[in-house]
Amino acid sequence: MSNIFFEVLRPGINTTFQDKGRFHMQHFGVTPGGCMDLESFSIANALVGNSPSEGVIEFAYQGPLLKLIKGKTKISITGNVLFQIKKLNQKGINGECYRTYDLDEGDKVDILATKQSAYGYMGLEGGFDLKYFCKSVSTLDRAGIGPNEGKKIKINDKINIKRNRNEKKNFITILSNNERDTIRVLKGPQFDYFDKESQKDFFSKNYKISNLTDRMGMRLEGSFMKNIVSSNIRSEGITKGAIQVPADGQPIILLTDYPTIGGYPKIANVISADYNLLIQKTPGEKIFFKLIELHEAEQLYKEHLKSISETIKNIKEIN
Amino acid sequence: MFKKLNNIGDCGIACDFGDEVNRSINTSVIKLFHHIKKEVSKGNLEGVLNYTPSYNKLIINFDLEKINSSKIKDFLNSVDFSKLNISQSSKTWTIPICYDFEMDLLNMSKTLKMNRDEIIDVHLNTNFFIYMVGFIPGHPFMGDLDSKLFLNRLKTPRVKIPAGSVGIVEKFCNIYSYESPGGWNIIGRTPTKLFNKKDEANPCLLSPGDSVKFKSISKKEFEKLSNE
Repeated sequence: MSNIFFEVLRPGINTTFQDKGRFHMQHFGVTPGGCMDLESFSIANALVGNSPSEGVIEFAYQGPLLKLIKGKTKISITGNVLFQIKKLNQKGINGECYRTYDLDEGDKVDILATKQSAYGYMGLEGGFDLKYFCKSVSTLDRAGIGPNEGKKIKINDKINIKRNRNEKKNFITILSNNERDTIRVLKGPQFDYFDKESQKDFFSKNYKISNLTDRMGMRLEGSFMKNIVSSNIRSEGITKGAIQVPADGQPIILLTDYPTIGGYPKIANVISADYNLLIQKTPGEKIFFKLIELHEAEQLYKEHLKSISETIKNIKEIN
Repeated sequence: MFKKLNNIGDCGIACDFGDEVNRSINTSVIKLFHHIKKEVSKGNLEGVLNYTPSYNKLIINFDLEKINSSKIKDFLNSVDFSKLNISQSSKTWTIPICYDFEMDLLNMSKTLKMNRDEIIDVHLNTNFFIYMVGFIPGHPFMGDLDSKLFLNRLKTPRVKIPAGSVGIVEKFCNIYSYESPGGWNIIGRTPTKLFNKKDEANPCLLSPGDSVKFKSISKKEFEKLSNE
């Protein structure tokens, strides 16, 4: 047992352990899961010198308040997050994302909210001491799979840390801003199930993100998609970012914790390069879809990965 | 042999075996699934992350950083289907079911114009074949029910269906392995656990290609088996 640990003074509303996901399990009905925003995840790990696959804490909207009861550690917070570092017996200071902070015994990190975004991440030097299931520490709450008995982090939980802090320095990097409301997609396998008018509307009118949005799916409100073939298909395996349209004509984008098999026609699929941008949008925001070709999507993903590795390369010591 | 290959997004491929759903087509899907699983474990398809068989399709998900759709299509087009076999021997299971936990039998008997016992009798006498596992962990999709029992999904799906519930829709029968929302007609509940987290290599009790017959149990037996 580790004797370096946090106590959870406030869990936040949707706080879980996550990593890059759990693969080779979809045929058992186990969704890959993992961090919603894999870019913020990999930068959180890089800042504290971890391997890219180390588990982190993911939070949505309101994050946790954690107190370091024993030991000393170094953390990084990524995303667009309002948080405070409260050193023992001192007034809290407002934290900056994309930099590291040292925490010593009795210190607290208070993650208040994600700003104009949904998900944020906390990385930790050396990593959290978690139990793996099928080579991953990602939590799938609805099936009780993953560390912490597969559940969200609760009040009074003890969060074990693998080791004490070794690194004496702190680090910072800068993220290039990439705000836009256009999400690029490829045609889905049942694109032709929808009439010409609907296809036109899909790429010209906006869709509002509904409150019924979670790690599994994002429901949209907007132009009705008229199905002229069938509103059910033979259930088939799902891919992250698939945009399905049930009988009510309102699209649902399947996200990281997608059901492994589904039976609604898919009009389109979000490209990998725009996935992080999409999932950081919050209910009430409006998005547009733009149709592109596969070779463009592949090229955009290369550029996306390049920009992440540049952010990581630009990590600098704080003087 | 699949009929066509479609892209699903930039990191997915669907091998489509045609529109029909029957055991022979599903067996071809499962053969290709085992072949890909084996190639992945041998390290021959780096970047392939998931391979999900369904009634008449195999969906392959991959990491676009390591491989792309054209490489996977080349691989799939080079597969010699005459040499594939089912590497796993299929098993026969008897699953206990308590019909006292039904939620829809009354409505079903009105729609089908059959009494409760007749419906149960047809269900108990069906030799089910497992077409696929998924939606939630360990959840099987089985067939084929006699056409006398064909029903549509509920008009309004339920928000919560208890774990173990057995449902039917059209010629298919399922078992909700976890509490879940769902729109199937619930005819009973099994105490059998379908997903075992302690067995990481093979956590599902039931696999595609296996056979299932149901055995009727009382509420008392249900409680006893649930506590085991």
